[in-house]
Amino acid sequence: MKQRPAADISDLPTFGHGARSPTWWGTLGFMALEGTGFALAAGAYLYLATLWPSWRLSAPEPNHWPGTIVTILLIVSLVPNHILHRYAERCAMLPVRIGMIVMSLFGIAPLVVRWFEFPALNIYWDTNAYGSMLWVLLGLHTTHLITDVGDTIVLTVLMFTRHGYSGRRFGDVGDNVFYWDFVVLTWIPIYLLIYWMPRLG
Amino acid sequence: MSSADITGDRDISKPDTASKGDIAPERDGPRDTGMDDARLHRWLERTWRTPPGIVGALSSVDHKVIARRYLITAFVFLCLGGLNAIAMRIQLSGPQRGLIGPDLYNQLFTMHGVTMMFLFAVPIVQATGIYLVPLMVGTRNIAFPRLNAFGYWIYVSGGVFAWVSFALNMAPDVGWFAYVPLSGPEFAPGKRADVWAQMITYTEVSSLAVAVATIVTVFKQRAPGMSLDKIPLYVWAMLVTSFVVVFAMPAVMITSTFLILDRLVGTHIFNPAEGGDVLLFQHLFWFFGHPEVYIIFLPATGMVSSIIPVFARRPTFGHLGLVLSLVAVGFLSFGLWVHHMFATGLPKLGASFFTASSMMIAIPNGVQIFCWLATLWDGRPVVRTPLLFVFGFFFIFVIGGLTGVMLASVPLDLQVHDTYFVVAHFHYVLIGGSVFPLLGAAYFWFPKISGRMMSERLGRWHFWLAFIGFNATFFPMHLVGLWGMPRRVYTYPAELGWGNINLFISAGAVLFFLSFVLFIFNLAHGALKGAPAGNNPWNAGTLEWATSSPPPSYNFARIPIATHVEPLWAEREALPVATGLRVDARELLISTVAEAHPDIREKSAAPSIWPLLAAISVGATFVYSIFTPWAVVWGAAPIAITLIGWFWPKGDPEDEE
Repeated sequence: MKQRPAADISDLPTFGHGARSPTWWGTLGFMALEGTGFALAAGAYLYLATLWPSWRLSAPEPNHWPGTIVTILLIVSLVPNHILHRYAERCAMLPVRIGMIVMSLFGIAPLVVRWFEFPALNIYWDTNAYGSMLWVLLGLHTTHLITDVGDTIVLTVLMFTRHGYSGRRFGDVGDNVFYWDFVVLTWIPIYLLIYWMPRLG
Repeated sequence: MSSADITGDRDISKPDTASKGDIAPERDGPRDTGMDDARLHRWLERTWRTPPGIVGALSSVDHKVIARRYLITAFVFLCLGGLNAIAMRIQLSGPQRGLIGPDLYNQLFTMHGVTMMFLFAVPIVQATGIYLVPLMVGTRNIAFPRLNAFGYWIYVSGGVFAWVSFALNMAPDVGWFAYVPLSGPEFAPGKRADVWAQMITYTEVSSLAVAVATIVTVFKQRAPGMSLDKIPLYVWAMLVTSFVVVFAMPAVMITSTFLILDRLVGTHIFNPAEGGDVLLFQHLFWFFGHPEVYIIFLPATGMVSSIIPVFARRPTFGHLGLVLSLVAVGFLSFGLWVHHMFATGLPKLGASFFTASSMMIAIPNGVQIFCWLATLWDGRPVVRTPLLFVFGFFFIFVIGGLTGVMLASVPLDLQVHDTYFVVAHFHYVLIGGSVFPLLGAAYFWFPKISGRMMSERLGRWHFWLAFIGFNATFFPMHLVGLWGMPRRVYTYPAELGWGNINLFISAGAVLFFLSFVLFIFNLAHGALKGAPAGNNPWNAGTLEWATSSPPPSYNFARIPIATHVEPLWAEREALPVATGLRVDARELLISTVAEAHPDIREKSAAPSIWPLLAAISVGATFVYSIFTPWAVVWGAAPIAITLIGWFWPKGDPEDEE
C-alpha cells in the first residue's frame, strides 16, 4: 500500500514521567492484580471470621507493637519517598542518589521489625484456620516488602553507575516511588485486620 | 501535526539539546524521514530482526515470533486434550468396557479439563492477541516484550510439567476445579493435587503477564489518531479480556496457593475441623472460574466482529453498542460465580440474586448477536470459510446460551447438576463460543501470518465435518444427561440402557476429531503450497492488513495514522504515515491514552536470553515447592539473579538516552 507522510514526530521527547510512560501503566496493572490478591485474601479472612461465632478460635490476642512500629515506619517513609519523587521528575542526580539510599534504609528497617512480627502473632500457622490466615496475610505483605526492597536496592546501585544518567532510569525511580506507595497503602487494612479486628470480637 | 518538515534529511547525527537535568545527551541516529524504501527496510530489518542462531531464537522478543510459538504450543495441547477425550469416549462407547480403569479415567478427565482450559483456551486467545493487537493498533512490538517472552516460557514449563506428571502416572485426578476436601491433604495423598495447584500458578503468572502487556499496548502504543472511538472491536475485546484476567486470575492463584499451603505446611484454611471452610474454596475458585468463561469467549466475539464486516462488505452495525456490550459482559462476568454452587445449599435469596444476574448477562450478549445479524442483513455477504465458522458459532453458541439460561434457574440446576446435561451445555458454550470463532479466525488471519492462503474447498469440508461431528457428539449428551447419566464416571451398567446413545456420541467424537486432522492437513498444505496471499487478500479495513504478509520484524516501515475505525477503507489511495523515528534503535511511538496524540519516541526492549533464564529459575522453584516449602527460599537467589540480569542495562542503543 502506498504511503503518504502526514505527520512529523521527530521532535518528540524520548521519555516521560508518570502516566505518560508505559512503565507507569504497567506498574499500575501489577498493582491492580496484586491488590485484587490482597482483597481476596482479606475477603477469605473475613469470610471465615463471620462464619465462626467464636472467631479467633480461643487463640490469644496478637501483640500489636511490632506491627504498629512497622506501620509508623511505613507511613513516615512516605515523606522521603515523595521528596525523592520530585527530584526524580527533575532528573537531579545527587538528591536522587541520596533519596534512593534513604528509601533503601526505609525499606530494610520495617523488614527487620517484620521479623519480630511473626512471633508476636502469638499463634502458629498450623494451629487453626485463624492462625493460618494471619500468617498468610502477613506473609503476602512481606513478599511484597521483600521484592520492593530488593528492587529499590538494585535501582540504587544502578543510579550510581553511568547507566543512571538516563531519563528512563529517573522514570524508573518515579515508578519505584509509586510502587512503594502501594506497599504502604496495602499494609494499612492488613494491619487493622491482623491486630485490631481480633480485639473487636 | 504538520507535514511541513518531512523533507529535511535527518541522517546526520544531531545531539539532542532538549534534555533537562542530569541526563546524558541523546546519541541521535539516522531517522526514517525522507529515507527511500529499500534503505529504510535494510535499516529496520537490521535493528528489529530476531538474532540468528539458537541463542538468538531463544532470546527473541518479537511479538509475532512469541505469538507463533504460543499458537503452535497451544494447538499441540489442544490435540493432546483431544486425545484424552477420544480415550474417554472409547471407554464410554459401551457399557462396562474394560479399556480404562477408574484411576486412569480420573486422571484423563482432569487432564482433559485442565489442558483445554489452562493450556489451550486461555493461551490461544491471548496468543492471537499477542500477534494481532500490536499490528491492529499500528505499533512495532507489544509493550514489555521481554515480559511477554517470559510469559511464554513460563506457560510452556507449566504445560510440560503437567504432561510429564501425566506420563509418570502423577497427573491430577481431582477434576479441573479440584474441590476440597477431595483435593485436600486428607483425601488426596501423593503429589497429584499439588501438580494441579502448581500448574495453575504457572499458567496464571503467564496470562497475567500477557494481560498487563496487552493493556499497556492498547493504552499507550496506538497509532496517532486512533482515539478510543477508532479502536477496532477485536482490540476492544482483547482490552476488556485483559482487564477480566487482571481481576479474575489472582483469585485462582490465591485458591491454589491456599490449597498447597494446606497440603504442604499444614495450614487449615479449608479444614472445617480447625476453623476453615470447604465452600471458601468454591467461592474463590468460581470467582475466577466464571470470568474465565468470558476470558475465553470475549476474544472470540472480537474475532467474529473482525470477520463479519469484511465478508458482509460493510462496516459493523452498532460499533458503539458492541463496545458497550463487551464492557458490560466484562463487568457482569464477576457477578455470576455462585451459579456454579447452587447445589451446595446456599441461602435461597443469594441464589435468586445469582439467577437474576446470570440471566442479565444474556442481554449484552444478545445485543452483540443482533448487531452482527444486522451487519450481515444490510451487507452483501460473501460466504467464505471464515464466515461459515461464524455461522457455526451463531448456531451452536445460541443453543449453549439457551441451556445456560435454563441452568441459571435453581430447580432445574439441582436436577441436572453433575450430569451430562451440564457437560453438553458447557461444550456448546466453549466450543461454539470460542473454538468455532477461533477456527474461523485461523482461516481469516492465516494468510497474514504465513503469507499464503488455505484451501477454500478443504475449508468447507472442514467446517461441515466439524459442525456435524460436534453436534453429533454433544447434542445427545443433553438427552443422556436428562436421563440421569452423571459426568466423570468411567463406566455404566448395561441395564441403564445408555449404551446405544453413548456409542453414537463416541462415533460423533471420532468425526469431530477427524475434522481437526483435516484442519491440520489444510494448515500444512496452505503453509507449503497455498496461493500467495498478498498484503490484503480479503480487502479488509484494519491496520494489520496494511503491511506485508507475513509482516516484517518491524511490522510497519513507517507508523500508520488512523483516520477511521477501518483506516484502509477510508484511505484507499495512500495510507497517511508519521515519520521521524530513529531506524538504528528500536524506537516506537507512545501516544496518549484517550486521543492517541503522539507523545514520546520510546525505545522497545532488545532481544535477551534473560527472560528464558528467569522462567527456568521460577519454574524450577515451582516444581521444587511441591516437595518442600524451603524451595521458596532456595529459589529466591536464582530468581533474583536472573531478574537483575534481565533489567540491567547492557549498553544497547535501546538502553541509553
